Amino acid sequence: MRKSNCFLLYLAGNVLLLLFLFAHAFYQEIHAGPILKANSELVARLELSDLCLFTEASYTRHLTQTDLDTPFQDCPICLEHFPSGSILMPPEMLKRSYGKIN
Amino acid sequence: MGRSIERHRYILDFTLSSLFRRKGKNASLLFVYTLVVFMLASVVFFTHAIKREGAITLKNAPEMIIQRSVAGRRDLIPVSYLDKIQKIRGVSSARCRLWGYYYDPVRGANYTLMVPEKSGYGPGSIVIGEGVSRTRHVYPGDYLGFSAFDGSMIMLQIRDVFSAESELVSSDLILMSEADFRKLFGIQEKEATDIVVRVRNPRELSAIAWKVSDQFPDTRIVLREEILRTYDSIFNWRGGMMVFFLGGTLLAFLIFAWDRASGLSQEEKREIGILKAIGWETSDVILMKFWEGLVISLSAFLAGTILAYCHVFFTHSFLFEPALKGWAVLYPAFKLIPFIDLYQVATLFFLTVVPYTVATIIPSWTAATIDPDTVMRA
Repeated sequence: MRKSNCFLLYLAGNVLLLLFLFAHAFYQEIHAGPILKANSELVARLELSDLCLFTEASYTRHLTQTDLDTPFQDCPICLEHFPSGSILMPPEMLKRSYGKIN
Repeated sequence: MGRSIERHRYILDFTLSSLFRRKGKNASLLFVYTLVVFMLASVVFFTHAIKREGAITLKNAPEMIIQRSVAGRRDLIPVSYLDKIQKIRGVSSARCRLWGYYYDPVRGANYTLMVPEKSGYGPGSIVIGEGVSRTRHVYPGDYLGFSAFDGSMIMLQIRDVFSAESELVSSDLILMSEADFRKLFGIQEKEATDIVVRVRNPRELSAIAWKVSDQFPDTRIVLREEILRTYDSIFNWRGGMMVFFLGGTLLAFLIFAWDRASGLSQEEKREIGILKAIGWETSDVILMKFWEGLVISLSAFLAGTILAYCHVFFTHSFLFEPALKGWAVLYPAFKLIPFIDLYQVATLFFLTVVPYTVATIIPSWTAATIDPDTVMRA
């Protein structure tokens, strides 16, 4: 078999696989509709404010409930020592509310 | 048309043979290139899926949360604030929330304890998240012990466990009755953690927030739109480790592109010289180099994207786990819903395939326009 044919077949196989993954994503998205709805209802019923992404520190567990002092609550000069604190951005409202005060 | 396709196929045949002649170098190039695409695509898929799921899940989050701040730290809010807040025009209802954290010395895990507005179970019962059940190996019917503020032990019976599908919001959650919560933390009846407010017209939210902060200067207000915005910008490229992660990946890619754009090896130049000497046109040489770039970059792009999809959505991002887990003992399983669209894949394609292919053509064009004799003698 010609090398170009082999390569084009390989390429076609990969593209087909990618299309299959797109179809998988589409199917999963439809299938997840009721789950997302149930989770959204749970959030409304329990009045939850945050996603449970990190449980090591309060300010990354409830990212939207934190303030500028929370990461340093152990003592005024304590440095950030939880890894998740270095991955996440500070919540949007901190910039707004503190910006206004200052 | 047929002749043109056949010409491309012959050039592709020759290009593949040429690549196979330097199979060691090209295989390692392909491997590292695939790895770069894989890392980049994994980050894109993971962050986009979290953002979308967060936006859908949190669209029903409280419209307004009022917290009290004392000496720069969050403090319990007096229940007396509630009556005054309820009287503000535009507020449809307000309720005191009771919630907090509990450090479990047995497993070294942190739990979120919460009192729901309506609970089907009375005092002495709890509902736990899947993560708590997994960490403590406890199930409905079992008892879970909590050490109260005064040192006494409180035993609460598990009535139910939240479904695994809701782990993204409930993994570390423990729901309990108000009486048990107050007994556990010693919080008086006249105090609560914060106040949630519902308004009649969402467009009046900021006006109501202004009135609340005017009446209670010691409070801090969190609006739903801010909650949604926070999760929309979560894992933003500016966020700490993400800068280094994406920066490292892009730098590796730049080194590739630079290596290609900075010039060809002596062997490659000699090859171009011979091809020109036997009658190849400059356009043929450029076409050959275009195919060479495309074979490498397209193969790396397709393999990297497919592997990234499998990594994020089939293996629950196991490579990211150590970085995301940190020191946490209780760690939610990220069974993310694959929210991907053509825009994401197209962006990845233009970021990875196009620059490399272009970077391959430029030095070839320079070499192909030089006299074959000079190139071969160099």
